Amino acid sequence: MTPRPIPAAGLMLAATLFAGCASTQPSPPTGSPSAAELDAMTPNTSGAPQGVAIDFEPAKPLSPLDDPNNPLYKKVIYFDYDTAEIPPDGADLLKLHAGYLYNTPGASVTVEGHTDERGTRGYNLALGDRRADTVQRFLVAEGVPPAKLSRLSYGEERPAAPASGERAWALNRRVELVY
Amino acid sequence: MHPDTMRAHTMRSSAILATLFSLLLCALAGNAAAKLTIEITGGVEGAQPIAVVPFGNVDGAKPDVDIAAVVGADLARSGKFKPMPRREMLMTPHREEDVDIREWQLLAMNSLVVGEVSPKTSGGYDIRFELIDVFSGKKLLAGTVSSTTKGLRNAAHRIADKVYEDLTGEPGVFATRIAYVTSAGAAGRVALRVADSDGYNAQTIVDSAEPIMAPAWSPEGNRLAYVSFEGRQSAIYVQDLSSGRRERVASYQGINGSPAFSPDGSKLAMSLSKGGNADIYVLDLATRQLIQLTDHYAIDTEPAWAPNGSNLVFTSDRGGKPQIYRVGAAGGPAQRVTFQGDYNADASYSPDGNALTMVTREGGRFRVVMTDANGDSRRYISSGSLDESPSFAPNGNMIIYATQNNGRGVLAATPVSSGASHRLSRDAGEVREPAWSPLFR
Repeated sequence: MTPRPIPAAGLMLAATLFAGCASTQPSPPTGSPSAAELDAMTPNTSGAPQGVAIDFEPAKPLSPLDDPNNPLYKKVIYFDYDTAEIPPDGADLLKLHAGYLYNTPGASVTVEGHTDERGTRGYNLALGDRRADTVQRFLVAEGVPPAKLSRLSYGEERPAAPASGERAWALNRRVELVY
Repeated sequence: MHPDTMRAHTMRSSAILATLFSLLLCALAGNAAAKLTIEITGGVEGAQPIAVVPFGNVDGAKPDVDIAAVVGADLARSGKFKPMPRREMLMTPHREEDVDIREWQLLAMNSLVVGEVSPKTSGGYDIRFELIDVFSGKKLLAGTVSSTTKGLRNAAHRIADKVYEDLTGEPGVFATRIAYVTSAGAAGRVALRVADSDGYNAQTIVDSAEPIMAPAWSPEGNRLAYVSFEGRQSAIYVQDLSSGRRERVASYQGINGSPAFSPDGSKLAMSLSKGGNADIYVLDLATRQLIQLTDHYAIDTEPAWAPNGSNLVFTSDRGGKPQIYRVGAAGGPAQRVTFQGDYNADASYSPDGNALTMVTREGGRFRVVMTDANGDSRRYISSGSLDESPSFAPNGNMIIYATQNNGRGVLAATPVSSGASHRLSRDAGEVREPAWSPLFR
């Protein structure tokens, strides 16, 4: 799929959101966990040490990716069972990340696909890859240079919620953007 | 850890036999987390009564393995034999000439195994054994198996194989090994391990903080192919088991999954998505030539070779849902194999090529089924709800698969005809993705 130009309105919207405005919250499919649970699932990708700071160097400005008040803090898109279709709220979130990737020099992301535990591991590896591929192509269609993107499927091997049942499965059928 | 380092864990072991209907074997390891348990489940109706008399030790032999206990446990695990409990034995002969056959006839035995262990001057032991038919009193089999001091369990498995083959007409698979993946929990370390067919002598082939998947044996049983995510990249490795040396043979963008050795060991089938979606490829391990076998926008994965190498079966959702298809080893159009049910995946052939085993979904449950090579005459092998990764034992008599027991991943082996199943589990963490080695000749 070839990249198409980013609509100016979209970039302006994205730019506004970087300033920290509130936005629609992505939520997983029906019958799913609360937003608080989803926040708890969101991986911390800052790479910053978690220990106590002992240096008194001036603090760097917080990246919007690490700011819980910024919509870019959310980096997980949830899917329905045995499908790689991006749900509408996921598309909204991906557009924000597309804007960020487009506008931020040096930013790149690994698109990680995951599935729930049902079905065979080999098929799920391919299903997770199909989810990651769909998200990757969506981001490219939104104008992100392909060189900023790579994809990886873990299939069912790395559940976010290591349990059985609809609630856990909904949390595990996902694509994570790992910056 | 060093990914290229082979870490071996040796296990101390002790064996205990229990009742007629259940039998428990414990492999006690130095650390409790590595304890392996085999449990025979279900009845033993139709199993043949056999007495495996404790072997004698001559000329000062002091073997640290109870040969008869290992042979008896092997025969019990096959589901086809019901070894006599030792406490019911009234005499313990070690040679045919010392056997009073009427006593064993009165005890309603079909067959009798006796033997003795003697030290070799060069070190190690000679284990002489005899198999006697109790009805006729005739000697069916006699032989001597030579063993190193450390190889006594393997020697016992080889004796069990000979007894099993003589009595059933089929090769035994006790002196084989099983590869499997363990994990300490959802985010815990993952290891690829290989153990004897009774769970003893488990060795770690590779361990990692990242997932390891899909172990597959080479036809000679000296190499394993597997998928590893070390360094957060997926790749297929082929590892030599005796040296621990390994090679990364596929690490393309997208998935590098489901490796399967061709029956002659020269090629590796796999599923790659470097073209954007998962297709079946075949890599020539000598020339490194990579051939694309299928080309479809759907998912094509989980290839498995026919034993004669002429074709492969694989999983594809080109019809909308995952089903089993067959393609010639040189490519060409794929034929759909399964039509019953809306989810059939991860098929593999029986050693004679006449049957398939696969995972099917029915009523939300994933179970193991067996069909003929055309996907017909299907019947259920397992009774769980998240069962997966089935494959045949190298003699075709059992199907081993992964299942859940009390919410934990365990392995199970079920006879394809009749008889008792058995389960292999660890006392901590998960066991999954079993792969039974070929017969070691």
